[in-house]
Amino acid sequence: MSVLIFIDHSDGHVKKSSFEVLTYGAQLAAQLGTQAEGLVLGTVNDDLTSLGKYGVSTIHQVANEQLNNIDTQVFAQVITDAANASGAQVVVFSHNQTGKAVAARVAAKLKAGIVTGACALPDTSNGFVVRKTVFSGKAFANISINSPIKVISLNPNSFTTITGEGTATVTPLNITVPAAKIKIIATNKVSGEVPLTEADIVVSGGRGLKGPENWGIILDLAKELGAATACSRPVGDAHWRPHHEHVGQTGVQVAPNLYIAVGISGAIQHLAGVNRSKVMVVINKDPEAPFFKAADYGIVGDAFEVLPKLTAAIKQMKTNN
Amino acid sequence: MKILVCVSKTPDTTSKIAFTDGNAKFDEAGVQWIINPYDEWYSLVRAIELKEKDPSVEIHLITVGGADAEPIIRKALALGGDAAFRINADSSDSYYIAAQIAEKAKQESYDIIFTGKETIDYNGSSIGGMLAELTNLPFVSLATKFELTGSTASITREIEGGEEVAEVILPVVVSCQKGVAEQRIPNMRGIMAARTKPLNVKEPNNLDALTTIVSFELPPAKAGVKLVDADNVNELVRLLHEEAKVI
Ligand SMILES: Cc1cc2nc3c(=O)[nH]c(=O)nc-3n(C[C@H](O)[C@H](O)[C@H](O)COP(=O)(O)OP(=O)(O)OC[C@H]3O[C@@H](n4cnc5c(N)ncnc54)[C@H](O)[C@@H]3O)c2cc1C
Ligand SMILES: Nc1ncnc2c1ncn2[C@@H]1O[C@H](COP(=O)(O)O)[C@@H](O)[C@H]1O
Repeated sequence: MSVLIFIDHSDGHVKKSSFEVLTYGAQLAAQLGTQAEGLVLGTVNDDLTSLGKYGVSTIHQVANEQLNNIDTQVFAQVITDAANASGAQVVVFSHNQTGKAVAARVAAKLKAGIVTGACALPDTSNGFVVRKTVFSGKAFANISINSPIKVISLNPNSFTTITGEGTATVTPLNITVPAAKIKIIATNKVSGEVPLTEADIVVSGGRGLKGPENWGIILDLAKELGAATACSRPVGDAHWRPHHEHVGQTGVQVAPNLYIAVGISGAIQHLAGVNRSKVMVVINKDPEAPFFKAADYGIVGDAFEVLPKLTAAIKQMKTNN
Repeated sequence: MKILVCVSKTPDTTSKIAFTDGNAKFDEAGVQWIINPYDEWYSLVRAIELKEKDPSVEIHLITVGGADAEPIIRKALALGGDAAFRINADSSDSYYIAAQIAEKAKQESYDIIFTGKETIDYNGSSIGGMLAELTNLPFVSLATKFELTGSTASITREIEGGEEVAEVILPVVVSCQKGVAEQRIPNMRGIMAARTKPLNVKEPNNLDALTTIVSFELPPAKAGVKLVDADNVNELVRLLHEEAKVI
């Protein structure tokens, strides 16, 4: 019996969201009185034994380089074999891009009930009930999983990582890797920038900025904060910013520690993509803008005056500390 | 070539989110139902574009839902598509829904099966991957572009911090999001034509649901915004640093 935790990585490094699922999986295993085991597909440069500090005893690795690219069919086969080998009763993923590609497929193969976008440990006092976000973060649902094997994918940034002592044993898993049907012919990563969905801080601009030529003040603030940049849908649609920056109901969903919205009115569809952020700040010249109802902190003012001052004040604070 | 587009019904994006029956059910009072935006704007429109290029393409629409899903399936037919299928079942369990669609897909051998990236009410992002598994097909998730050359699809998909281009020989299951196509509005001709297109209703296969919704909850109300004067940005920085501890 075990809780099997899928450890996602890219460019040779274990992703931050994997630390969250490791902590989650370890706590779930403790709750169920079983052990937490990790699973790595492909090759990484990081020292996997150190992941023991998140509470996993064993990490299984299928160190086949073919697995550095995702073919969901291949992944589902290998993960299912690994789950059977470790006697997993629960398999845990991050609800990131990889999880969205793979977790449901694994669930179908295991004929396991799945809850995606989980945001808390299951309630196992009477059955197995998992809390997840629904209606794009506007509500929660408590879902009972009724099958013997269960799959959970955890919303990124919704569970605090805890580290303790401990090292994990890394054991190679001997699983036949089927041939991939999908060929990856190009990978384009936005280099040098903080990936939006992994960012702790996001600075986002809306139509209030009037045009792409004015984005310097957003970029300056983001740079000072080490933040990723985002935008509202009309901004993406008008090609003021690349479309992958568009957040909201129909765009990317983010849940950073801090979301700063500049010149964004706060339409319900926009909020649906950002309302899982821990703290939201709005800067808007219209005190009636709906964003003020959703935000934690706000400044009523002209972005073109406020932003440069804010960037300078943050720089000042950093030098003082 | 045959394309299946999975279509689901969701509350309009501006709907008030409230619950009834002791928080066990979504409150449907006054709710406007729409086609899930990812299904309508991206996967359905891309299927229609493929048909416009190659008139021999046949588009089937499928929904798993009660009779109240018919208006949205009619609207989808008005946008385009040749025939629609409704599996007469109400379920929130992804496995159950995917398995019902898979039964249909196995009978028809589609070349392409499109789903949306997620439903905007349940936010599962699950049906596409499950359907691919149950039909034993390759699955490409979170597509932002879908191009076809002969029987090879070139699909751009979102990955963390960027995108990758995948090539796969049909048949394939693809979940679509922004970028795959541009939203369209149905025209009068389409609306008229939709009236005569077949909408077939089938009873569901007897299959297991693996999950059930126990209850819903609304997030706790926000404490209210703390306003800081525009001339006093230092105070905002102090609050973010000392009170919220996020910078
Ligand atoms: C089905 C559906 C899905 C949608 N999905 C999304 C989505 O995913 N994401 C999304 O963002 N939108 C989405 N929308 C669109 C959404 O409804 C809004 O139209 C959009 O979010 C508005 O963008 P905005 O706030 O940038 O622009 P506006 O609403 O035009 O707001 C601009 C704001 O800037 C302020 N402003 C102007 N000048 C200044 C200045 N100098 N300084 C400071 N503030 C200033 C104004 O007071 C105003 O509040 C969707 C709509 C629909 C119908
Ligand atoms: N009841 C349903 N009937 C048909 N297709 C569905 C249904 N529910 C979801 N889908 C499809 O699966 C996609 C993802 O849904 P989900 O996994 O529930 O987030 C949707 O965008 C639809 O294309």
